[in-house]
Amino acid sequence: MMDRYTIPQKIGLYIAVAIFLTFILLPFFEMFMASLRPLEHLFRSPYQFWSEDFSFQAYSDMWETVPLLGRYIFNSIYIASMVTAITMAFVVPAAYAFARMDFPMKSATLGIFLAVNMFTGAVLLIPLYRVLRTLGLLNTYWAMIVPGVAFLIPTGIWLLRSYLEKIPRELEEAAYVDGASRLYTLRRVVLPLAVPGLIVVGVAVFIGAYAQQFLFAITFNQTRELQPLPAGLYEFIGYQSVTWNEMMAAALVGVLPVMVIFLFLQKYLVAGLTAGAVKE
Amino acid sequence: MAERTGRRKLSEAWFAWMLVAPAILFIAVIVAWPLAETIRLSFMEADLGGEEFVGTANYTDLLDSRNFHETVVRTFYWMFLSVGLKLILGLIGATLLNAAIPGRALFRVLVMPPWVIPIAIGCIGWLWLYNGYFGLLSGLGQRLGILDGPFEFLAYKQSAFYSAIVTDVWVGTPMVTLFLLAAMQGVSRDLYEAAWVDGAGRWYRFRRITIPQIMPVIVSMALLSAIWTFNSFEIIWILTEGGPRGATTTLIVDTYKTAISNYKFGEGAARAVIIVILLALFSLIYLFFLNKVNRKYGVK
Repeated sequence: MMDRYTIPQKIGLYIAVAIFLTFILLPFFEMFMASLRPLEHLFRSPYQFWSEDFSFQAYSDMWETVPLLGRYIFNSIYIASMVTAITMAFVVPAAYAFARMDFPMKSATLGIFLAVNMFTGAVLLIPLYRVLRTLGLLNTYWAMIVPGVAFLIPTGIWLLRSYLEKIPRELEEAAYVDGASRLYTLRRVVLPLAVPGLIVVGVAVFIGAYAQQFLFAITFNQTRELQPLPAGLYEFIGYQSVTWNEMMAAALVGVLPVMVIFLFLQKYLVAGLTAGAVKE
Repeated sequence: MAERTGRRKLSEAWFAWMLVAPAILFIAVIVAWPLAETIRLSFMEADLGGEEFVGTANYTDLLDSRNFHETVVRTFYWMFLSVGLKLILGLIGATLLNAAIPGRALFRVLVMPPWVIPIAIGCIGWLWLYNGYFGLLSGLGQRLGILDGPFEFLAYKQSAFYSAIVTDVWVGTPMVTLFLLAAMQGVSRDLYEAAWVDGAGRWYRFRRITIPQIMPVIVSMALLSAIWTFNSFEIIWILTEGGPRGATTTLIVDTYKTAISNYKFGEGAARAVIIVILLALFSLIYLFFLNKVNRKYGVK
């Protein structure tokens, strides 16, 4: 009853949603249209909304123009997955400690983690370059994975901590009464209960790692075979004759695998966020 | 008994520290050490040739530079405008996606793409949209008679700046939308029903229930978003590289240009330190007001 809308209200809502989604999806629409136009008609002025010669030619030509496209797609997903796995390995124990235990300097430490949010990689690029050089990691996958992990640990801890706080303490206390050790309780009681939260945080970290590979890649890696998708494609934009239609096709195809994954995960994600990841 | 509790406390502290230590160590090596190094470099005249101590010269140069003042002001303007728009659009978007209308599950999926794809890829799309000769925006503008001829959005100071803002808002809005949506769904239905029974209209319920209930999420989202927007680099770099004639040069772009493009490591480091100081100050002031807001809304 309370949620019922009158017909004009409904129409208004749909129009508003349509405008909102137009803004969100416009660049993708534009990229798709550009990818369909043959190159000689791409640069045609005045602007034509519709051409008769739309074709999917660019989608087969792009594999020759960007021979490493498959590799770039793989690299992007590989780097993001490694960042996610390593970040979670650091985040889970730390978030548990912050959610459940008392220890000296707790709030100071938590404050330090939150402060890390203030330095994106771009601020620390020069010394970071030197650190990575000292560690011998330049021009390897690690050059892109290690800084990614460092800047995602704080977000991960922040998200997972508030999720873990929602799990009732009684279950752990029952385990202690039965003589279980702390580590055992963490592994066998807390983690299984936290699986939905772990997925949400894991997905959020993956998104962060996947969306922000560009800067570290162009700065710390010169090996073309290791470049993630955005850096690999960006290289072509600098060329004299950019085959823009193929670039657009490559960009769209490049993000397709991850988009499909998110299509399946989105229900989990919104539900998981709701379940408490952000609520105080 | 007291002794046992004491021992238990001690061992708990040890255990907790063991759990936190790996993360701390990692951050120390990859963030804290470079930060210390940045501070050291900021007192040096440093380039590819070597380093030489120059005291506070890098800082005094910056403080005397009119260009730098303009950059600072531009950066804050960029941040306030962009974050404001993200929050407003995010709030509208979340409200729309929260409305009980058929198709909302689909709409929620359709909001996500700008958030989940690499920022650089989205920027390639915007680059094309803003193109004066082949882009949709200029094309539509001409068709509708708003523009007399091709308009290069990224070629003029004003339009380049606001175009970059639009793209930044586009990248940031989906995440704000989804987090606010999640917060809205966490608001107890009982509150709405009680108000509804009392005859409260939709707008009243939105103003008096939804907004106060999700206020904590709005304010923490605003701070995070502000920090990220302040340091937003890729979007500006791909669209304009800080141009035309510096119109889109924010502090982070200026830092990158100085240190990485021109190899002036010392001067770049001084800019980086100033970014950190400005953001720290901003966060402190923000948190101070946050406390007041929280007290007003009765949140702990």
